[in-house]
Amino acid sequence: MNNPLVIASSPHIRAETNTRKIMANVIGALVPAGVASVYFFGPRAVAVVAVCVASCVISEAVWQKLSGKKTTVSDLSAALTGLLLAYNLPPTIPLWMGAIGGAFAMIIVKHFFGGLGQNIINPALAGRAMMLSCWPVAMTTWTLDGVSGPTPLAVIKLSEGTLPSLVDMLIGHVGGCIGETSSVALLLGGAYLIWKGIISWRIPVVYIITVALLSALFGRSGGPVTEMLSGGLILGAFYMATDYVTSPMTPPGQIVFAFGCGLIASLIRAFGGYPEGVSYSILIMNLAVPIIDRLTPPRVLGEAKRHASK
Amino acid sequence: MNLPTFRGGIHPPESKFLTENKEIEMLVPKGELVYPMSQHLGAPCAPIVKKGDKVLVGQKIADTDAFVSAPIMSSVSGVVKEIGNRMTISGAIETCVVVESDGQFEHAASLLPHKDFRELEPSECIKIIREAGLVGMGGATFPTHVKLSPPPGKKIKWIIVNGAECEPFLNCDNRLMIEHPEPIIGGLKICLHIFPEAEGVIAVENNKPEAIKRLTGELSEHTAKIRVAPHDVKYPQGAEKMLIYTVTGQEIPPGALPAEVGCLVLNVSTLAHIWYAVTDGIPVLDRIISVTGDAVASPKNIIAPLGTSVRELVDAAGGFSCEPAKILSGGPMMGISMRSIDVPIVKGTSGILALSPKSAPTFEESNCIRCGRCVSACPMGLWPSALDKAVRLRQYSVFEQNGGMNCIECGSCTYACPSRRFLTQTCRDGKSGVMAERRKQKEGAKK
Repeated sequence: MNNPLVIASSPHIRAETNTRKIMANVIGALVPAGVASVYFFGPRAVAVVAVCVASCVISEAVWQKLSGKKTTVSDLSAALTGLLLAYNLPPTIPLWMGAIGGAFAMIIVKHFFGGLGQNIINPALAGRAMMLSCWPVAMTTWTLDGVSGPTPLAVIKLSEGTLPSLVDMLIGHVGGCIGETSSVALLLGGAYLIWKGIISWRIPVVYIITVALLSALFGRSGGPVTEMLSGGLILGAFYMATDYVTSPMTPPGQIVFAFGCGLIASLIRAFGGYPEGVSYSILIMNLAVPIIDRLTPPRVLGEAKRHASK
Repeated sequence: MNLPTFRGGIHPPESKFLTENKEIEMLVPKGELVYPMSQHLGAPCAPIVKKGDKVLVGQKIADTDAFVSAPIMSSVSGVVKEIGNRMTISGAIETCVVVESDGQFEHAASLLPHKDFRELEPSECIKIIREAGLVGMGGATFPTHVKLSPPPGKKIKWIIVNGAECEPFLNCDNRLMIEHPEPIIGGLKICLHIFPEAEGVIAVENNKPEAIKRLTGELSEHTAKIRVAPHDVKYPQGAEKMLIYTVTGQEIPPGALPAEVGCLVLNVSTLAHIWYAVTDGIPVLDRIISVTGDAVASPKNIIAPLGTSVRELVDAAGGFSCEPAKILSGGPMMGISMRSIDVPIVKGTSGILALSPKSAPTFEESNCIRCGRCVSACPMGLWPSALDKAVRLRQYSVFEQNGGMNCIECGSCTYACPSRRFLTQTCRDGKSGVMAERRKQKEGAKK
């Protein structure tokens, strides 16, 4: 033995998975929805995705370079944020707006708070919220097959126009954001993530069922199935509300969080000024995560009851 | 079939195949044997022999008056060559008795054999067990006579035999169960003689079907109070608190001893040694060790006299097949990194694991992504990432409030963490930080 032995503290082995693999899996799970959006919205969707991803990755790299930190773009978290931001934008959005949204999400929402794992709200959704308030028209112009038209939720909210068929809503042949319309593709990817153990069923299932039940309770005209398939609910429930960083860590906390998301989204849809409430419901519940975490700690083996103390 | 299991835990690759089917081989040591004075939890022993003394196999060479301690015997016959400081398997420098073997293996008549243990009073059994130098052979090395002397008024209802061997790579307990089930059952009978109101439950993970078969084969109408319980395969099933939960359904309150919930947990190897000590009068002289890992040429299970150099064990297993990057005493989950292989094996050495550079990568931490895998992995129901944060901020009181002192250091959280954070390691720091603050407070109170 010529080289000195490595001295380390136990354990000496690690599970296969790492941050990068997790992010890569989520990106992979989002691919079917991307393919559907290119099919329905054309190559323009690809351009928006490319700009948002590039903007996020470059912003993160530049910020980390300028602030003297280690560059971590290879963990793919910035690319995933860019992808999710693009999926939350209309296909007709001017590309420069997407670029600004991506930079905002990365620098202000993520890195101002300390980078990966430290941000308190979902960067992609915060980017979208910023864009919605800056460019409300560009952000709410929906085109399908070359014609502008309302989204299904706008039809319900304004009580004008006709709802698309459920089949169209399932496959994604409706107006809406790039990645939110094809429910089938999103569910496919979501099922993959649950199967791989990357997300738990708790947040998406509780969130979606809460919206379905409350929309029935609030007497919404579209009916629970339409509510479940429309807007960004499936995208939000499977891919955004499940963001590790901005959701609770314990199972009971996740259920409380998902119910809160469902409640707020339903309230906005039924009584709010916007037709859609998924983005804001998640952003608002993101803010509640620290308190939910504090109130739902795991139970220590052998301890009957635990009081919140953190 | 739903086998008993517990909340949390992980499924690391078992890597048992290397030594699973290897019969235990005996190693006869050459040259000198080294006996550290601290081979157990509790007070270290002091040598009771001097340089130049002639010693025999089984002769006591170190002892102490402290209750929580266990004497140390010579495992060979020969001459005391030196009493001095040597490096031990943990890398610490400790007082050791060094015996030069004469190769004769002349036995001392130290303990009396008792062909029928039923004629002995329980207190006599416990005395023999103490004199035999018995400690927890699973690796915790808690003196067995102390464990068998629960506080008065505590009724022992279960004697749980730990044959889980949940650590990857190791097969020393597995091979003992397969090749020598009789002394395990015998040792358990002695314990049931000491605690007549108890039942004996042998817990074995279900990945050891041969061991389960052999142990079950030893049971008869005379062993009505003994049963073999196959368990689900999940790390850390062999942890005391997990076993008590899976066997009895009880959770030990934080800080309490197993006796508090009517349990005693003993390793299979400890039981076999209880049998040898009481019926044959043989103290703890040797132990079974899995010498394994991908850097070992011919992985083996070896029974070797205590005090044998690790180097001799590695040589007996064909030497290294490649230059090892890391050598562990124990398994990959809880084993200790060794600095040198010129150190002696002790009572708690269950395995020597030599890993190639490929299997022993170094890990770089990245930011916690709050994925919660550590929370689902922790068998104690702790929140490792929150504890980690508290320790890094030196907030030891927060660490303590969040139950950090309950950490059993099993390593499940660190194993599961995708950000490769050293969660177990910071928990260890947290525990010693809390202990240091407690000591400071005590000293402050004295002044």
